[in-house]
Amino acid sequence: MSPPATFYERMFFIRRFEETLLDLFSLGKLVGTTHTYIGQEANAIGVIDHLDPRRDVVFSNHRCHGHYLAFTDDAFGLLCEVMGKAPGVCGGKGGSQHLCKGNFYSNGVLGSIVPVATGIALAEKKKGTGAVSTVFLGDGTLGEGVTYESLNLASLWQLPVLFVVENNHYAQSTPVELELAGSIAARGAAFGVETAELDTTDVEVIHEAAGQAIARVRETGAPFFLVLDTYRFSPHSKSDDQRDPAEIEERRIRDPLKIAGARLADDERGAIEQRCELRLAETVDAADAAPAATPEAA
Amino acid sequence: MTATQKRCVQVLNETLHELFASRDDVYLFGEDILDPYGGAFKVTHGLSDAYPDRVVTTPISEAALFGVAAGMALRGQRPILEIMFGDFIALGFDQVVNGISKFREMYDDQVTVSLVVRTPMGGRRGYGPTHSQSLEKLLLGIPNICVVAASECHDLRGLLTSAVEDERPVFFIENKLMYGRVNRRPEDGQVGQLSVRESGGPYPALTFSGTDFTEASATIVTYGGMVPVVLDAVTELILEHEIFCEVVALSQLLPMELDAVLESVVRSGALVTAEEGTLTGGFGAEIAAQVQRAAFDFLDAPVERVGAPFAPIPFSAPLEDAYLPGADEIVAAVRATLSDKPSGP
Repeated sequence: MSPPATFYERMFFIRRFEETLLDLFSLGKLVGTTHTYIGQEANAIGVIDHLDPRRDVVFSNHRCHGHYLAFTDDAFGLLCEVMGKAPGVCGGKGGSQHLCKGNFYSNGVLGSIVPVATGIALAEKKKGTGAVSTVFLGDGTLGEGVTYESLNLASLWQLPVLFVVENNHYAQSTPVELELAGSIAARGAAFGVETAELDTTDVEVIHEAAGQAIARVRETGAPFFLVLDTYRFSPHSKSDDQRDPAEIEERRIRDPLKIAGARLADDERGAIEQRCELRLAETVDAADAAPAATPEAA
Repeated sequence: MTATQKRCVQVLNETLHELFASRDDVYLFGEDILDPYGGAFKVTHGLSDAYPDRVVTTPISEAALFGVAAGMALRGQRPILEIMFGDFIALGFDQVVNGISKFREMYDDQVTVSLVVRTPMGGRRGYGPTHSQSLEKLLLGIPNICVVAASECHDLRGLLTSAVEDERPVFFIENKLMYGRVNRRPEDGQVGQLSVRESGGPYPALTFSGTDFTEASATIVTYGGMVPVVLDAVTELILEHEIFCEVVALSQLLPMELDAVLESVVRSGALVTAEEGTLTGGFGAEIAAQVQRAAFDFLDAPVERVGAPFAPIPFSAPLEDAYLPGADEIVAAVRATLSDKPSGP
């Protein structure tokens, strides 16, 4: 498949996976909480496409499903985990925010993950593996002080960390204007970290910029601070959304799926979507049929 | 100089040198640990000169350093993090509570987090309210970590080696006064005039007796920097009051294993707990709860606890001295519990 088709298929699958989770909540098949990635798909695909899952490491946050699918393509393990099923990637012990598979990790406390990703980069540097440690943060995480301690350490020790800040303009319900002073990109630059900032939801543009950023990390062994301006169409978690619907509609013009889909012929796009729907339906059926994680099974 | 005459700081330092020499996955992180300074309490002296690639001096960023150690451990290394004062573990608590202690179980055993946090607790140095505390109890409520407290009578080399080789995250609690004191290891089963038994396992308990375990009126359980204080109290009880107590000095505080305490309580019928920190929700509280459940029929009196008042540690020497529990408080607690015993002392 051509890259535009591959990008579209992978992004479309994430979108539909996340929408399906929200549907499953409505059906009472999911409990607890989930933070969907709807609208931000181009970031995960554009960045993670440059990573080698056998060598590189990703540490993600509470909104981790898109990153997980992009890195592992393990929809069944993720869905089972979110549904509390025994074959879940963490046996139902972690749930939506606490995933681990191979070189992928996520955790649910904002900021908490940033120094861990920094320590991972140090370990990989000491072992000489050439791995890049990529950590996904958001605008909300920039309120956590440990983020800046980590930036300082990564720069001071010249560690191969790619900091990806997905600025979706909201920390839960709080708009970025009420939570952040100053420039985001300048935060990286202040620590002597090479920085790039993109205001786009076009996966191909993100892919190219991320490729350059990751190439820089591989070439220099030093950190990189990549700021991606984005937007989530879905609520913070399930139904907690007080944003002006007109604001969300306006942002839909920049829906990354629309941009990527417009590059494909209708029949090709239709075939991709059909393939994704089929795969998703099979995944849901299989997860639905899987046994629950129970104390006896654990 | 025999091994038993070495000061504790020297034993710890030599052990670190041995661990660095024998394993290439051991790293050390901490503030001001580079030579010639060699750490605020000199435990790390000589390591950075010998192993410059694996001894990393750090910014004052404890919160991030706990996370860095976690990241190193997730990727198969064995980091040792030196936190200069035990009080500063508070800065790393998110990492401990929400990461280090949880990764293995919440990731369904796909990872281990083998790391050691070394830090000195304790007062009696006039460092004031934020550099003198004994905060072990804040760690005792965290599942899936190991809390080990060194004392001047324990096999420090063995304890520290076990901690570094442990698969679990280990807090290795040192003590500021202990560093400069002689590592008083039992010789021929004796420390001074007291007989000593040592339990097995990676983090043994020591049980002391003034009667070669033939007679005891009470058991005193303690750890860390309180061990010499309690041993002084026991000597005073023998000489001044003719009361014989057994002392159990734990090194493994978490997971709490109280076999040595229970064995002694069966002999003595009374228990006093002694810790330097505040009492509420503490070491003694947990032991009292567990021992009364496991050995209720053997207790002839309520468990007494000795600890610090529920207030910050004051700075001035007379104030600090009055605040911290000493041998007098332990003697008084033992006599109080014996007065509650139907049989008397």
